[in-house]
Amino acid sequence: MARISASVYTSHVPAIGAAVDQGKTGEPYWQKVFAGYEFSKAWMREHTPDVIFLVYNDHATAFSLELIPTFAIGCAAQFQPADEGWGPRPVPVVEGHPELAAHIAQSVIQDDFDLTIVNKMDVDHGLTVPLSLMFGQPEAWPCPVIPFAVNVVQYPVPSGRRCFNLGRALRKAVESYDAPLNVQIWGTGGMSHQLQGPRAGLINRKFDHAFLDRLIADPAGLSQVPHIDYVREAGSEGIELVMWLIARGAMSDSPPKVAHRFYHVPASNTAVGHLILENQ
Amino acid sequence: MALDKPYKDIPGTTIFDAEQSRKGYHLNQFCMSLMKAENRARFKADERAYLDEWPMTEEQKQGVLARDLNRCIAAGGNIYFLAKIGATDGKSFQQMAGSMTGMSEEEYRDMMIAGGRSIEGNRYVGEKK
Repeated sequence: MARISASVYTSHVPAIGAAVDQGKTGEPYWQKVFAGYEFSKAWMREHTPDVIFLVYNDHATAFSLELIPTFAIGCAAQFQPADEGWGPRPVPVVEGHPELAAHIAQSVIQDDFDLTIVNKMDVDHGLTVPLSLMFGQPEAWPCPVIPFAVNVVQYPVPSGRRCFNLGRALRKAVESYDAPLNVQIWGTGGMSHQLQGPRAGLINRKFDHAFLDRLIADPAGLSQVPHIDYVREAGSEGIELVMWLIARGAMSDSPPKVAHRFYHVPASNTAVGHLILENQ
Repeated sequence: MALDKPYKDIPGTTIFDAEQSRKGYHLNQFCMSLMKAENRARFKADERAYLDEWPMTEEQKQGVLARDLNRCIAAGGNIYFLAKIGATDGKSFQQMAGSMTGMSEEEYRDMMIAGGRSIEGNRYVGEKK
C-alpha cells in the first residue's frame, strides 16, 4: 500500500525562482532566504519520495477567467513550465504520475470533493519554485509530481475547513493505492503578503508565527479560521495559506516530527515560511 | 438578499470576488492575451488600437494606458492578470506592487527590507494609526 511519509510547506514567491535562474542565490539579499533551505535540500536527498503530490495555485497562467476550477488535479504524463510573460523558467519538464493521480481522483470525488481533472496544463512558478527550493537545479526532477491547483485568485476560495478535510480524503485515497509508494504532500504559497492596492507590502510576523505553531500542533482548530481573518491579518494574497491545510490534513492524526522550520522577511513582497513535518 | 461581504472594510484592499470578476472580465482577458509574444508586440506598437479590439470600458482602457493599477483594480482588474502588462513593460512584481502605494520604488523596497508594512493601523477602514 502507498503511504504519506512527510509534508513540506513553503512559500512560492516568483522572485525566488528568478534568483535561482539568474544565479543570484549568493547575493546577500537572497542568501538570507536560501540559507533556510540548506537543511531542506540535504533532507530531500535522504528522503526522496516516489511521488510528490504538490498543492499550489495557478496565477492566471493555465487558467484565465474562461474557466476557474476550485480544485484541479493534474493527471497528465508531463507538464511544461509555463511562459508567464517573462519567458518559461529554465527548469526541467515536470513528469506526472497518471496512475496514482487517476486513482486519487476516483477516490476523492467519491468522497464528495468535486475535483476537476486536467489532462493538459502548463505549470507556473507556484509549482516550480518549491521544486527549485527543495532540489536546486538538477537536470531532471528526481521524482514524479502530481500538480494539484487550488483557486485562491477569485473569491470565494475554498475554506480552511474544506481544505483540511480534502487533505484527509487525499490521505485515504493514497492509502488505498495498491502499490508500495512513498508519497510526500507539499502545501505551498503564503505567508503574509499583499500585492495590490495602497496596503500592498503588508507583512504580519505575529500572524505567520501563530499560523506555523497551530499548523504543527492544532491543525483542526486552525482549519476553523475564516477567510476574513487571513485577508485582514495576512493580506489579500495571504489567503494562499489555506493550501497548507490540505497538506496538513493528509498527515497522520498523531503529532508529526518537526524536521525543519524557517521564517524570513522579505522575499520581494512576501514573508517566506517553510516547514518539514514527518509522520512518525 | 445581499450576500455577506465582510471584507469591504479592509483599508487599501479590493477583494477580487465574483462581482469584480464579472466587471473586469474583458480587462483581465486582454491582460491574458499579453502572454503571447506576438500580442505583446502588437500592443506595444499601438496600445490604443490593440485595446480597441477588446469590449472594455473606456475607464478600463484609460487605466491601462496610464498604467494606473489602482484604477484598473477598481474597474475589475486582478493583480495576477494585470501583472502581464507589467511583464510586457519589463517591470518586476515588486515595482508593480509598489506603484499602487504612493511610495517611490526605493521607499517601497526599503520598507520591505525593514520588515514590510505593519498590520497595526491597517486592519479596518478609519482605524487610528
